Amino acid sequence: MADTMQFDLVSPERKLASVTATEVQIPGADGDMTAMPDHAPVITTLRPGVLTVTGADGTSRYAVTGGFAEVTPAATSVLAERAMPAEEVTADVITQLIADATEAASNAPDDTRDAANKLVADMEALRAELGV
Amino acid sequence: MPSLKDLKNRIESVKSTRKITKAMQMVAAAKLRRAQESAEAARPYAERFNAVMSGLAQSVGGSDSAPRLLAGTGSDQTQLLIVMTAERGLCGGFNGNIAKLAKTHAAKLVAEGKTVKILTVGKKGRDAIKRDYGDHFVGHVDLSDVKRVGYADAQSIAKDVLTRFDAGEFDVATIFFAEFVNVVTQVPTAKQIIPASFEQSEDGDAAESTLYDYEPSEEAILADLLPRGVATQIFTALLENGASEQGARMSAMDNATRNAGEMIDKLTIEFNRSRQAVITSELIEIISGAEAL
Repeated sequence: MADTMQFDLVSPERKLASVTATEVQIPGADGDMTAMPDHAPVITTLRPGVLTVTGADGTSRYAVTGGFAEVTPAATSVLAERAMPAEEVTADVITQLIADATEAASNAPDDTRDAANKLVADMEALRAELGV
Repeated sequence: MPSLKDLKNRIESVKSTRKITKAMQMVAAAKLRRAQESAEAARPYAERFNAVMSGLAQSVGGSDSAPRLLAGTGSDQTQLLIVMTAERGLCGGFNGNIAKLAKTHAAKLVAEGKTVKILTVGKKGRDAIKRDYGDHFVGHVDLSDVKRVGYADAQSIAKDVLTRFDAGEFDVATIFFAEFVNVVTQVPTAKQIIPASFEQSEDGDAAESTLYDYEPSEEAILADLLPRGVATQIFTALLENGASEQGARMSAMDNATRNAGEMIDKLTIEFNRSRQAVITSELIEIISGAEAL
C-alpha cells in the first residue's frame, strides 16, 4: 500500500501547489473529509473553508472559497475557484469576500437564498478559523 | 521631382515611424510572454475541469432532469454571439478576422430566420460589427481599464451571460475568439458554451473506467459546476485572445518595421541621386562658364 499520494491545488489563474502528501483535509460541501492514499474515488464540491495538506515537509494550510475536489487512490486534486495560502489571507480579503457573499445573498431569489446564506456563514466561519 | 529638402524630411519621418513600430514590437513581445505565461498557468485548471465535467455530463446528460445549461432549452431560436476582441488596434488582422467570423455566423443565422443577439467584449470588435449588425447589440463589456485579465473579469462576464440565460433572453450562446497557435498564426474560433458541450478527451476511455462517488450528488455537483464551467471557458478564451492579440501585434509591427527600413533605403538612394545630379549640373555650369572666358 502506498503511503503517499500526489496532491495538486489549482485555481483558474495558477497552480498553487503540487506536492506529495500523506493526508489532505478537504472542506467538502457536506462536511469535512480527509483524503489519504488509497482513498476510494470521490468527487465533492467545496464550501469556503481551510484546506490542510500534510506532507513530508510538514503541514500547510490554504483558504479556499469553493470549487471541487477529485480524490483517487493515487492523487488528490483540488480545483478551487479562489485559493491562497492561509498566511497570505488578510482581514481585508475576507471582509471583501463576506461583503460580496452578503450582497449576493440579499439579492438571491427565494429558492437559492438558503444556499447563499449558508455561503455567508461558511465565510464567517473561515474568518474565525483563520483568526484575522 | 521632389526637392532635396523634401526627401530629407521624408526620410526623417519614416525613420521616426520605424522607431515607433520597433518599440511597439518590443512591448508586444514582452506582453506576449506574460500573456502566454498566464495562459499556460490556467491550463491545468481548465483541463482538469473539462475532464471531470465531461464524465459527469455523460452520466447525467441523457436524463430528463439534466440542468438547462447542459441540455439546452430545447430550442435554438435565439442565439447569443459573444464576440471577444481587443481594446486596441494596430495588431494586423486580429480584430478583423474575429469580427469577420462572427459576421459570417450572424449572417447565416439571420438567413435561417433565427434571432441574433450580440454581446461584444472589447471595443474594436464592436466598431467592426456595428455597421452591419448594430441593432443586434444587447450589451458591451469594456476591458480597457483592465491591465491583466483575471478570473474575476471572466466571472463578471459569465454572470451577465447567465443572468440573461435565466431570464430566457437566449437559447444558445457561442463565443468568438482567436486561438493562439504561435506568434504568426492565430485562428479565429467559434465555440458554443451554452448548452455546454465538452470535447471528449483523448484518454476518455481511461477516465471512464474510474467510478467516482459523488458528494452531494451528481446532479447537485453538475448544477454547481456548470455556471463555473461557463466562467472557465470564457476565462480560457480571454487568455487565448490576450496572447493572440500580442502575437498578432508583434508580427504586424515586425512587418511595419521592415517595410519602413525598405522605404528608407529607397528614399536614401533617391536622395543621393538627386544630390549627385545637383552637383553635376553645378560643375557643368562652372566649366562652361570658364570655357566662355
